[in-house]
Parts: sequence; structure tokens; C-alpha cells
Amino acid sequence: MSRATSEPLVLGIETSCDETGIGVVRGHTLLADAVASSVEEHARFGGVVPEVASRAHLEAMVPTLERACETAGIALTDVDAIAVTSGPGLAGALLVGVAAAKALAISLEKPLYGVNHLAAHVAVDQLEHGALPDPCLALLVSGGHSSLLRVDDVTRSVTPLGATIDDAAGEAFDKVARLLGLPFPGGPHIDRVAREGNAVFFDFPRGLTARKDLERHRFDFSFSGLKTAVARWVEAREASGEPVPVADVAAAFQEAVVDVLTRKAVDAAVDQGIEDILIGGGVAANSRLRFVATERANAKGIRVRVPRPGLCTDNGAMVAALGAEMVARGRAPSALDLPADSSMPVDQILS
Amino acid sequence: MLLAFDTATPFVTVALHDGERVVAEYVSTDSMKHGEMLAPGIAAVLARAEASSRDVTAIAVGVGPGPFTGLRVGLVTARTMALALGIGVYGVCSLDVLAAEAMDAGHDDFLIATDARRKEVYLASYASRHRVGGPEVVKPADVATDQLVIGRGALMYPEAFPNSAGPEHPDAAVLADVVVRERFELLDPDPLYLRRPDAVETAARKAPGGEVPA
Ligand SMILES: [Zn+2]
Repeated sequence: MSRATSEPLVLGIETSCDETGIGVVRGHTLLADAVASSVEEHARFGGVVPEVASRAHLEAMVPTLERACETAGIALTDVDAIAVTSGPGLAGALLVGVAAAKALAISLEKPLYGVNHLAAHVAVDQLEHGALPDPCLALLVSGGHSSLLRVDDVTRSVTPLGATIDDAAGEAFDKVARLLGLPFPGGPHIDRVAREGNAVFFDFPRGLTARKDLERHRFDFSFSGLKTAVARWVEAREASGEPVPVADVAAAFQEAVVDVLTRKAVDAAVDQGIEDILIGGGVAANSRLRFVATERANAKGIRVRVPRPGLCTDNGAMVAALGAEMVARGRAPSALDLPADSSMPVDQILS
Repeated sequence: MLLAFDTATPFVTVALHDGERVVAEYVSTDSMKHGEMLAPGIAAVLARAEASSRDVTAIAVGVGPGPFTGLRVGLVTARTMALALGIGVYGVCSLDVLAAEAMDAGHDDFLIATDARRKEVYLASYASRHRVGGPEVVKPADVATDQLVIGRGALMYPEAFPNSAGPEHPDAAVLADVVVRERFELLDPDPLYLRRPDAVETAARKAPGGEVPA
């Protein structure tokens, strides 16, 4: 048997938020990454509505499974193992994916791995850049998470170094986008608009970077003060009857976020003696973040890995990638009473 | 074999029917644990009948109405198993399952009421072996009646439903029988939510004055 066919064929299911993702991988090779998003159904509510997301997951599950198998050119019966996000995320949304994964495991009589969504954001990079260096430092930034993690073994040793103490970075992007009249989700629109703006036009606050904060929160983030500062600035400008320079505000806001994220990530890597930084999560698609992170890390002799944007946002491929690693490293599968754990801690990788 | 399950109430009920009779049954002991208990329940009935998933030739699932989160566990399980095994899936209104059991106990004209939470019930009415009204979600006081009302929703509101009786929850063994003998209309495996999601639309903020880059 050739090496390619001896590697485990794993199907991954992701439903922690508003994307129904089904991925199929063989070892480190991506075969299919089917995603159905309910984002447009949430747009008019200005954020993800859990019940709307859960209903959409139920409707999308079978069609997305079929699409993933068709793209991968496999039958469900070919699959060696099923992986699913068991947490963290929206409880009702997670439950749909976990139940579907169990239904596949029972029907196909194959092992089931309930895995941590954050570790999956790390593992996905193996599909693009090959085996992860051990250890590596992961910066995960999205609408739901902002974390700095030390990853010694993505299947069983992930240590949180820091996290946001209030809003997630992606949430701040959404809120500021709304303030500037840009569509939801805000990240891609801020990124686009900011390219025409002046990043040093205004110096918005950098949360938890003052000396007194660095003692207790050296690797933690805070974006709530930044969001408020932008809101106050825009409101004052409108009150005075002057036009709001949308591109400049977007650029200056984005610069403040990117500055803090990259500064702390590089500081953490240097502190831990780690030579590889991996950036994941929806905000990792931000072009300015990629640029600044690479520039600052390289200056310290640190390499930066960022999966392509399609693999940074929530998807099933990342879950399949982590599942494949679980199989490859011989980890014990989950039991059929595996719960959906909305607040699964980041250091619990397999449930 | 027909695999039947219902998750429209706080409990999970699973049964395996060989075409002649129910050969294995499972009822969850913990309430509100649909996600944890359904799959082990299915595995348990298959093991008890010394059958494998490949022996399952059709699936019957209660489509509610019921609280959303649990209901979806049953439906996504039914749809996904049907896809993976290449078999058919039949939906049955969960209130019809209770009604079938009431008919087996000799009742003819009655109502079925289950708990819809928020001080409401899911209600349907039956006469001459047919569903003649509902299902709908209503406040007990608005539909108070001296008529026989069966189900958990009847027992919860004795002031509105003085003439109440069990069983409280649908039983998958009866669900299997309903499908095997086509005692009620068989439906697609689509959830009967009967309520819209709770969500408030936020008025779109108008773009602030000044340039809005394309
Ligand atoms: Zn994510």
C-alpha cells in the first residue's frame, strides 16, 4: 500500500457558530472543505442569533455532507474516523454537529473524536504547510476568540498564555464596522476600506500595554476600551457636523488591533523561546495583521505561518485535520455520550 | 429492522422493531440530556437485539412539536443515519405518538398536550382515530376544557385541564408501531418548531456623513 492511502481518511464536522463545515482529509492532505454559512440570516440582527444558527445547521447538515463527499470523491463508508467540534461555541449549534457525528460513527461503525475548536484552528495549518513545529506559539483571533497558546503537541498539550479579558478581536471589528456603516461581518470590510486610509491619522488606545497592565496581563488582550474610544471619536465628529473619514478611522482602528496582537505574540514567542508563530481564526485573514506579524517576527528571527484565508475562518477541514492527527498519534476515541461543551477549556483538546 | 426514536420531550426514547414486534427499548433516565443520551440509547437497543447498524432498514423519528434544542438532536441523527446507511426516514408528529397510545388504552375523543415551556402547551385534538385539530402552541387558560386531555402538558395545568391523564411522554415503541402500521400521516423528517426564533432586528445604522469608500 502506498503511503498516501495508508494515511487515515477523516471526516470533520464543525458547527460551533454560524458555519456548517464538513471537511475531508487524508493525513495532511485536504480532499474537501464544504461550508454552508447562515451569516446572511444573521446580518439583520447585527450578530449571530443562536437559534437561527442552530436551525440552519440542521438544514445544512445532510446537503453539506453530500457535497463534501462528492468533492473528495469518496463514499461515507470509506471514512476511517469521524471528528467533530465538541466545544467551545454556541451550545445549541455544537449539539447539532455532535449529534450528526455520532450518527455517522454509529452507522459506519467508526471511531469518533470530539475535539477542541481552538486546537483545530491550529491543526488546520498542517494541510497547507505540513507538520507543525513543536513547540509553536499560536495566536488565534476571530469573532469568538483572542488567545495566545503554547502548543507542544496539538493532540494533547496546549497551554494558554493569554486571552482577551473582554471582547474578542473580531467582535471589535464587527462593532466598529457597524459604527462606520459597513456591513456585517465587519472584518473584511474594515480590511478593504483601511487600505485607502491613513493608519496614523489618529492614535487609538492599545489595551493592556501600559506598564502597570503588563505585570498582570502581559499576554492578555482587551478590545473594549478601543471600541469605546472609536465610538466616542465618531460620535463627537458627527455632533460637530463634520464628515467622518471612514477609511482613516478604519485604518487607525485596525492598526491599534494589529499592533497589540503582533506585539504580544512576538513578545510571548521570545519569552517562551519559540521560533514559530502560527496565526489562525477569522481575523488571521486580515492582510495588515499578516504583514505586520511577519515583519515584526522576522526581525526577531521568528517564522510566521498563516493558513490561507479560507482555512482561517471556521470550517470542517480544521476539525478533520485535528482528527487525522489524533488517529495518526494513536489517541483514544471519545465515547458515544460525548457532550457538546460550550465552555470547553482550551487545554482540553479531546473529550 | 425499524429504528425509532423521539427527542421532543425532556427525555429520549428509542426502540427497535423487527416488523412484527418491538425487540429492544431504551428510555433515558436523565432529562435534558438529548445530546448525550440518544446515541448511547441507539447503541444499546442494537446491542440488546444483537443487531448492527447495517440491519437497520428504516428510521422513524418524532418531529415534535417540542423544545428546539432536543428536537434537533433527534432530527439530525435520523437524517444523518439515513444518509450514511442509504435508508429511508419517516417523521411522525410526536403528539400523534401519544394519541396512538391513548387509543390503544381505549380513548376516542381527547386532546393531547405536552409541555411547550414558557407556561404554554403544544396541543392537538383527536376524534375517531384521526387528528382533527393542531398541533398548535397555546396558553392553557385560553383553551381550558373539561374534555379528557392526555400528556405532560395536561398534568402540569390542572386548573385548565381538570380531566387529565397519562402517559406523559411519547414512547418510541408506539412510534415504531405508528410507522409500521401507518396509523397516522407519515411526514418528512422536518422539525415542527411552531415558534419563531427569539431575535430582535437591529435597525441598520446609517453610514456616517462623509466619504464612504466603495
Ligand atoms: Zn473559530
